[in-house]
Amino acid sequence: MRFAERWRRDWQMVLLMVPGVVFLLLFFYLPVLGNVVAFQDFQPYLGIMHSEWNGLQNFVNLYANPDFWDALRNTLILAGVQLLLFFPVPIALALIVDSLVSNRIRRWFQTIAYLPHFLSWVLVVTLFQQSLGGAGFVNNLLRQAGLDPIPFMTNPDTFPLLVVAQLVWKDAGWAMIIFLAALTTVDVSLYEAAAADGAGRWRRLWHITLPSLRTVIVLLLILRIGDILSVGFEQFILQRDSVGPGAAEVLDTFTYYAGVVGGDWSSGAAAGLAKGVVGALLLWGANSLAHRLGEPGIFQRRGSS
Amino acid sequence: MRPVWKEKPAPAYQAIKAVVLGGFALAIVIPILVVVSTSLASDQDIIDAGGYVLWPSHPTLKAYETLFSGGLMGRAILVSVFVTLVGTAIALAVTIALAYATSRPVLFGRPVLLMVLFTLLFAPGIIPMFLVVKQLGLLDSLWSLILPGVLGAFNFVVLRTFFMNVPGELLESARIDGAGDFMILRRIVMPLSKAVIAVVGLFYAVGFWNAFFNALLYLNDTSKWPVQVILRTYVLQGKSLSADQLGVEPLPQPQSLQMAVVVVALVPIAMVYPFLQRHFTKGVITGAVKG
Repeated sequence: MRFAERWRRDWQMVLLMVPGVVFLLLFFYLPVLGNVVAFQDFQPYLGIMHSEWNGLQNFVNLYANPDFWDALRNTLILAGVQLLLFFPVPIALALIVDSLVSNRIRRWFQTIAYLPHFLSWVLVVTLFQQSLGGAGFVNNLLRQAGLDPIPFMTNPDTFPLLVVAQLVWKDAGWAMIIFLAALTTVDVSLYEAAAADGAGRWRRLWHITLPSLRTVIVLLLILRIGDILSVGFEQFILQRDSVGPGAAEVLDTFTYYAGVVGGDWSSGAAAGLAKGVVGALLLWGANSLAHRLGEPGIFQRRGSS
Repeated sequence: MRPVWKEKPAPAYQAIKAVVLGGFALAIVIPILVVVSTSLASDQDIIDAGGYVLWPSHPTLKAYETLFSGGLMGRAILVSVFVTLVGTAIALAVTIALAYATSRPVLFGRPVLLMVLFTLLFAPGIIPMFLVVKQLGLLDSLWSLILPGVLGAFNFVVLRTFFMNVPGELLESARIDGAGDFMILRRIVMPLSKAVIAVVGLFYAVGFWNAFFNALLYLNDTSKWPVQVILRTYVLQGKSLSADQLGVEPLPQPQSLQMAVVVVALVPIAMVYPFLQRHFTKGVITGAVKG
């Protein structure tokens, strides 16, 4: 079909794309290009057009900046702890919920467990502060019982555990959904046959249930690894004051405090850009690895979807 | 019903399950219950209980009256409601239009789809976003809380997946009757997708209501602060609300007043949650995720 014909047929569709495309250009592609300030000595009063280019100087500065390495270290520690302690929780919850015989209990639990996903981080951190903070009700109870209060919210050493506890509280229930959905697709006759052959509950779990979750688990692991440099942002900015930047500074908050707050725009942008590029490469690498393992992954090859 | 082949679990397993699920549920419910109860408790209740109340024995709305007597909270609620309603309306319009237009093999459909999917791979970064918003003259404007969020890739994928499953013959026959794509979208596709549009709309609304960092980044003018920033400033950081609001010497801040601020941030979510839950348990979202 010639272009003119297609245009006559599809012009209304093209018009429908316009607002979305304008949005993408203004609030995604333009800022992506704006990352060139990472290669400039950017001065707000000069703007991007007139600020001086300084090549890789900002990255060299970043390399020499101990605060940046602290932020990177914290990010990797937090991501590791999250992967180790958070990732298995929704799977375990889903297996327990799936094994419940009573539909009523199952629905009740799901109703409660999904709710926190929809609460803002400000609200979640506030609820934690009111519960576990120095003046929170748990420490009040401890004091009334004559015990010493425990600094759950302000101890930098246990901060990664606090972060994971908050993540479990907020999102473990929600993350369970996808595993529950995968569990409903398991062929029940497999269980029946295995049971008839004398396989007990643990053997059935190991040989039927877990293999059937494999695709989903691999998919989510990939997403998580590709996203490993994004450990969350609001959660840390909100608690940076109470535990200190030594424990709570991650790459995203470093970008914000160095750039927007500190006025060192170029260093902030360089850190942000480095994070974005490494993150995209990790995602792409993890996805290729999944293809090699014979799993569908997230970005399907053309024609295979 | 337990299938015949499934053995009855041993009491020990039963107990472990009950403790895990019950503990998890209580850990969610108790903090929320304590906050709501304390916001409704009288000063005496709070003193008697030593700070927090599990159940108010003399319920009162005094904290809420104090909260709304100054202009601060009322204004913040207006800001948040405006951002949420206008943001959701614009976001739905933009997302529905784009998702429908890319759900069919049309001119420019493929490259535009790739443009959206690329956003899943890469985030533009905080600093360039800030510079763009500043360059557009949106700093200190409520539009800075709305416009950067009117197209979410996840919501786009959910809608597009749904639209792709609308049978092509339906649209073809409408086209033969002379309907254009605008008409088809409005008269056929949207009425068929009411449930999924409602869910996506609620997701957007929850997102706009909960957004905190954009306000911190783009708004210097404290009179434009949304509820989440108020919550952070006056509860998390413990700034005295009565001093800022009434211009009086800060009395010891009543606990119930702080908790009332928390409840204000919580209530809209609690209100839409039953609708959300009804739809996503029906598989609207999980279906899209699996697809």
